[in-house]
Parts: sequence; structure tokens; C-alpha cells
Amino acid sequence: MFLINCPWCGQREQAEFSCHGQAHIVRPKNPNDLSDEQWGDYVFFRDNPKGIHYERWVHVHGCRRWFNAVRNTVTDELLVTYKPSESAPELEN
Amino acid sequence: MKYSIYSLIRNAFSYHEDWPQAWRSPDPRSSYEVVIVGGGGHGLATAYYLASECGVRDVAVIEKGWLGGGNTGRNTTIVRSNYLWDESAAIYDHSVKLWHGLSQQLNYNVMFSPRGLLHLAHSVHDMQEIGRRGNSNFLNGIDAEYLTPQQVKEMVPFINLNCRYPVMGALLQRRGGVARHDAVAWGYARAADALGVDIIQNCEVTGFEIDDGTVKGVRTSRGNISANKVGCVVAGNCSVLAEMAGFRLPIESFPLQALVSEPIKPIIDCVVMSNGVHAYISQSDRGELVIGASSDAYNSYSQRGGFNVIEDTVGAIVELYPIFSRMCMLRQWGGIVDVTVDRSPLISKTPIKNLYINCGWGTGGFKATPGSGHVFAHSIAGTDMHPIAAPFSIDRFNTGALIDEGAAAAVAH
Repeated sequence: MFLINCPWCGQREQAEFSCHGQAHIVRPKNPNDLSDEQWGDYVFFRDNPKGIHYERWVHVHGCRRWFNAVRNTVTDELLVTYKPSESAPELEN
Repeated sequence: MKYSIYSLIRNAFSYHEDWPQAWRSPDPRSSYEVVIVGGGGHGLATAYYLASECGVRDVAVIEKGWLGGGNTGRNTTIVRSNYLWDESAAIYDHSVKLWHGLSQQLNYNVMFSPRGLLHLAHSVHDMQEIGRRGNSNFLNGIDAEYLTPQQVKEMVPFINLNCRYPVMGALLQRRGGVARHDAVAWGYARAADALGVDIIQNCEVTGFEIDDGTVKGVRTSRGNISANKVGCVVAGNCSVLAEMAGFRLPIESFPLQALVSEPIKPIIDCVVMSNGVHAYISQSDRGELVIGASSDAYNSYSQRGGFNVIEDTVGAIVELYPIFSRMCMLRQWGGIVDVTVDRSPLISKTPIKNLYINCGWGTGGFKATPGSGHVFAHSIAGTDMHPIAAPFSIDRFNTGALIDEGAAAAVAH
């Protein structure tokens, strides 16, 4: 278990949080024009990197607010957390 | 050499010091008809059926570590086929049928033990789920029996029926059970090797040779190997391999943990699973209780996992079986499971011609080892996918024809 720095209320135990996968997926602006492949890609296909991963978390047993995190999926090290309104920090693998 | 009572006696005279190696360790040649990436159970089974049934003996299996060192050696060895959807029932029952003759066919004791497998129901919803699934099993010719709590108690006398989530019934598949996971990899490896398949360990694939959208071979840590066809049969790394080949998969990777107790005398002679409290248990031939759980709920390649998941699992086990409350756990480990959105595998062609994948088995691939290898071998050897494999195409995520076992059971399996 690791400690997670909630950008809204500070460092808490991982048990208070839940992870909801890849962050920064943008809903298509022109849904009527999308092919089945493009819809499939948007709905089901995900980045699954061995290394730096941008992902969404929610402080479900705390402030219940969403935020984004950058984590190394090889070491499980949480590198940065930031609010959804902030842009993704650039990090090297 | 054929293993038999006579070879055992013969070797006893030389104090068992002269047994030949079970398989060769050849250097990789520069080209093969088919290269299989991944020397786990599914990959070795694919190579075996290619050589034994499809007439393709010019095959190499490339493994970055050692045989069965990935998820083949990390699972809780459960075998069953009582899935809800027709497509799943077809492939998992194909597999169970192969399990039943496997030791004889491979001349290697895989210790398959169809000891019966119980799914407990703890709520009205659970009862409806096993009712629906049992009916589906009947229609697909798969054995299923409904048990009352009293019948569960007769099979597992020490179970606490009136626990936090009382046991209301169970679904029993008598043909389900367990097998020895390492022996499955070793048995397939030995049998494939005897048919001429080269098994190359400690050889990591670092890339693919792709020319004009067609795969021509693989780049490895031991040199380039050209091949007419390549099959990727990997777990816990398939997104990384797909990225090397230039396409994406509808897969995310999670840690899944398991643990075993100190060995005790025989106490439980079946497998008991519970989707409701999500813990399952069986007893190995060495006497250890083998306990499994849900996966950690975040992407990871770390092959470990959080202590909180073990705590939840052990809590559920102790609530259901208070008799185990003072037992010591001996070992705990994690493996990385590649999970698709619908919790069904990918057995498919890919955007790269002649590159096939068989992956995404999530948390329950071990049971499918023989059937998966069998249909994948026929798919690689032929021009079309095997009819049992065809529904598991990667295209289903574009057409919408999902095989939603995740929604069916409310948990991954």
C-alpha cells in the first residue's frame, strides 16, 4: 500500500482512494462522424505502458473529489498528483 | 524416452542419476516456419499442437525467462468450464475435455484432479446468478448441480454457513478441479521437444521485423530470427509487445496475488470459490491451502501487490472457515494479468499480417491452457481462425460483439 497526496486534502492512505484508469481521454467532438474503429478505440482501447502512466484517481473515502496522478507502473511509485483543471506534467520514463 | 513404471525401475538401478534431460536447450536457428513468443503453458501447448496435429514441426518457442516462470507458475491452478456465454463455454469446455486425457497424451503426469468445484451464493442476486449460469451450462452440455446449504456443509463440513454473508446455496461443477501448473508447462515442453520443436529460454524478444505490413520475423536478445508466422502468447506483457509491432490492444495490466499456507493434513477435497466475498480456496497435494483473491485495482507491472488485498481475502477466508484462523501463511506472490474490458481473451489475427496474438486471459487463463493452445495452433496453421477461436477476435471491440463474462459474473476470473 502506498501513501497518496490528494491535491485537495493532502497525504492519505491508498485504501481511501480508488483508481479509474487512463487520464486525459478526450470525448470526440464530432461523434456522428466517427467510424466503428474510432469509437472502439475511444471506448475500449487504453494505453498500458510499462513505465510512466497518467491516470485518474478519486478520493472515494475522503473528499470524494477526482484528481490525476502520474505513476511508474514498474515500481508503483507515485510521482505527481494534480487537479483535473491542471495540465499534465511532462515526465521522462 | 517414454516415462513408465519400467523406466522408473530401470533408473532406480542407477540411483536415478542417469535420467535424460526432459527437453533440449538448442541455440536458435536463423529461421523457422512458426515462432511462438512466450514459453508459458499456452505457448508451449500451441507449439505442441502445431507439431502433433497440424504437421508444422519447424517451430521455435522463445521465452525471455524460464518455462512457466510467468503466470503459468503463479496461478491457483483452478480448472472449470461453467461460464455463462456460449463462446466461453465452447472454449473452456473444449479445454476441460482435453484436460481429462492430457497426462496420457503427453506421457507426463500433469496431476489433473477433477475433484469438483463449488461456487457459493451469498445473496438473492448470487442465487439468481448461479441459477442463470447453471441453466446456461445445461444448454451447453456442461455439468452443473445446484446445492442447498446443507449439501454444501456435507462437502465442506467445517464451513461456517451463517457467516457475515450467509451461504444460501452453491453451483457445483464435478468435472472441475485443479492441476499441477508447472507440470503442464513441462509436459507440453517435453512432448513438443520430442516432435522437433526448439524451446529457447533466456531469449527476450526486443522487436519485430515487419515489411509492408507483414511480419517477417522477430528481433531477440540472441539475434534475429525470421519466420513465416509469429504467434504472441504472452501474459503480463502483451501491450508492450503490441507496441513494438505498432498497434494497441484493449487491455490493461493489473497485479493479481495469491498465497499458500503451511502444509496441513487433508481437510478440503474440492475447490470452493465465492464471487460474493471474492476468495477461493483449495488444498494442494503437499497439503498447503492455496488461496486466491481479486486483483489490485490499478495498472501495474510490478509483480507484487498491496497488503490490503491480502487482508481482504484472508478476512473473507477466516469468516467462511473459522477453523483456519490460526494458520500461518507460508508464501505470497503476485503475477501480472492482462485484462480486457469484457474479461474474455483475445485469440486473433492482428493489423500485422501473419502476426497472431493469444493473450488477455485476465485472471483465469490457466484452466484454458490445452484448449487455447489447440485452437490457436489450428488458427496459425490454417488460413482462417479456428471456429472456437473466431469470436475472440480483436475486432469485437469495434463491432460491439463483446463476450461479457465480466458483467456475467460481476468479477474478473
